Amino acid sequence: MTQTSQSLGSANRAGARLAGHRSANGSSSRAARTRRKWYEIIGLTTPAIVVYTMFVLVPMGFAVYYSLYRWRGVGPPTEFVGWRNYLVAFEDPIFRDALWNNLIIVVGSLLVQGPIAIGVALLLNRRFRGRAFFRLLMFVPYVLAEVTVGIMWRLILTRDGSADALLKSLGLGNLVQGWLSDLPVIIWTLLFILTWKYVGFAIILFLAGLSNVPHELTEAAAIDGASWWQIQRHITLPLLGPTIRIWMFLSVIGSLQVFDVIWVVAAPSTRSLGAANTMATYMVDNGFFARLWGYGNAVAVILFVISFVAALVFQRFVLRRDIQGALTGRVG
Amino acid sequence: MSATEVLSASKRRRPVHWSSPLTYALALAIAAVSIVPVLYVVLGGFRDTAQLNADPAGLPDPWVPSTYGRVLSQGRFWAQALNSAVIALGTTLCVIALGVCAAFVLARYTFRGREVLYTFFTLGLLFPAGAAILPLYLMLRDMDLINSYYAVILPQVAFQLPVTIVILRPFLLAIPTELEDAAYIDGSSRLGFFWRILLPLSGPALVTVGVLAFVTSWNAFLLPLLVLNDANLHTLPLGVQNFSTQYTSDTAGILAFTSLAMLPALLFFTLAERRIVGGLQGAVKG
Repeated sequence: MTQTSQSLGSANRAGARLAGHRSANGSSSRAARTRRKWYEIIGLTTPAIVVYTMFVLVPMGFAVYYSLYRWRGVGPPTEFVGWRNYLVAFEDPIFRDALWNNLIIVVGSLLVQGPIAIGVALLLNRRFRGRAFFRLLMFVPYVLAEVTVGIMWRLILTRDGSADALLKSLGLGNLVQGWLSDLPVIIWTLLFILTWKYVGFAIILFLAGLSNVPHELTEAAAIDGASWWQIQRHITLPLLGPTIRIWMFLSVIGSLQVFDVIWVVAAPSTRSLGAANTMATYMVDNGFFARLWGYGNAVAVILFVISFVAALVFQRFVLRRDIQGALTGRVG
Repeated sequence: MSATEVLSASKRRRPVHWSSPLTYALALAIAAVSIVPVLYVVLGGFRDTAQLNADPAGLPDPWVPSTYGRVLSQGRFWAQALNSAVIALGTTLCVIALGVCAAFVLARYTFRGREVLYTFFTLGLLFPAGAAILPLYLMLRDMDLINSYYAVILPQVAFQLPVTIVILRPFLLAIPTELEDAAYIDGSSRLGFFWRILLPLSGPALVTVGVLAFVTSWNAFLLPLLVLNDANLHTLPLGVQNFSTQYTSDTAGILAFTSLAMLPALLFFTLAERRIVGGLQGAVKG
């Protein structure tokens, strides 16, 4: 197609759309246009579809396949064991401990970060001098790499390190724990670090959500004599609902696959004793480093199924109104 | 976030006032909790190990800049920073290129299966990157890509695509149809409209998804840990972790190395904070 006929065609199309006008030879040029449209659609989307399919979807398919074999990762897998790897995983007390830790992190993150972040966001939800600066500082932990955060807290919380010294100088020396070495304590230390890292993200998200609540509503309520608390309770919070629900979703999915901070903070020796594993660290320890590839892939599938089911349940029952049509079909 | 919102954001400035002491006290407390541990690491790098052992929580006295000098004079730190930069930049450019093309089609073309395709991409938001890491490693090994930048860039692009498309699509949808029709009347093709009008207009949204992709890639740990065994290819997060486990007694060195590794992300973030927050907002409303 030459440049002129091409632009004529487009001009035609625009003309047709604007005036409802149909040219005499409309059917053949319309067929050409349709063909051209499909070439464009295919040409523009194929690279994204290929990369996405190949590196996001296909690997999970392979994981299911490998998980049915006992396999050391050399040559093709041959020793078919069916569901054995899955049974072994659920019978391993260390994996059960990892599952339990993930649950603690999921619930703990929601229960600790949620109220803190909502409270802080409501109190900071007004324009005041220096707000941008405070917001910047609160966001710092979220931007730092998980690894850096992990090393930082490992140094601070080490035995007789600065955290212990600070507690002692405040006369709270009896609170000092083996933050990183006392097996029952570690998971709570990790939860604290994760809270520190991610609560700023929740605050920023909620502040962003609050900035979308129309001033007219709260001002009208104030004129009608509503107290600050009544305004928050009956106007601001309900309107913040979608943001809170999406934050919960992101938080749960993130907590289920948490790896970096755990890996860096909890020493391998404590992990091998089954104190501070999550599903992800357990999977990498066994699959990659111990070269139990079939078994590791079974754990990967378990992790995937749990996250996926959690996400779908969330989509179906909680987020339905917020992400219209994304996964559960159009609503409304 | 929509196009109109971005355009009107700058007009929304209202006079800013001092707020109540309670607000400031709270803001200050939260900010302190966020920033003090980071300051401890940065300042700790200016103390030598003797000072750190004597009083773990003190301030530098005297200041010892030589630890930072020692880390900075190692070729290793710079090599790792370069690796991180190449990988993060490669990821960012690829995500933007692939993402905006797909989002353009999903936003401005009407065709059978469009919503199916969109759902197909959003499905990726539910795929935890961590769960796929083992089969991903095996696949990259079979493709002979282990120990190459591609082994990190390609999967990162793939996993970043869903959120990129989710943010870009509503933005591209919000650009008025009148502009498109005007372009056609002036003889532009649809691709010409995309290239000459839509892309320049989507600058803010592209920066947002770009910043998100860059920071995610810059901080990534698990994928590089598995696929980059060659120490010459190590990125900064791997380097920091290795340094901290190799020289456990050199606390001052670890603190200095860690704070230097933080610095680029912090600088980059300070410059682009508005964009990141904007992007998160966009993702929420997506």
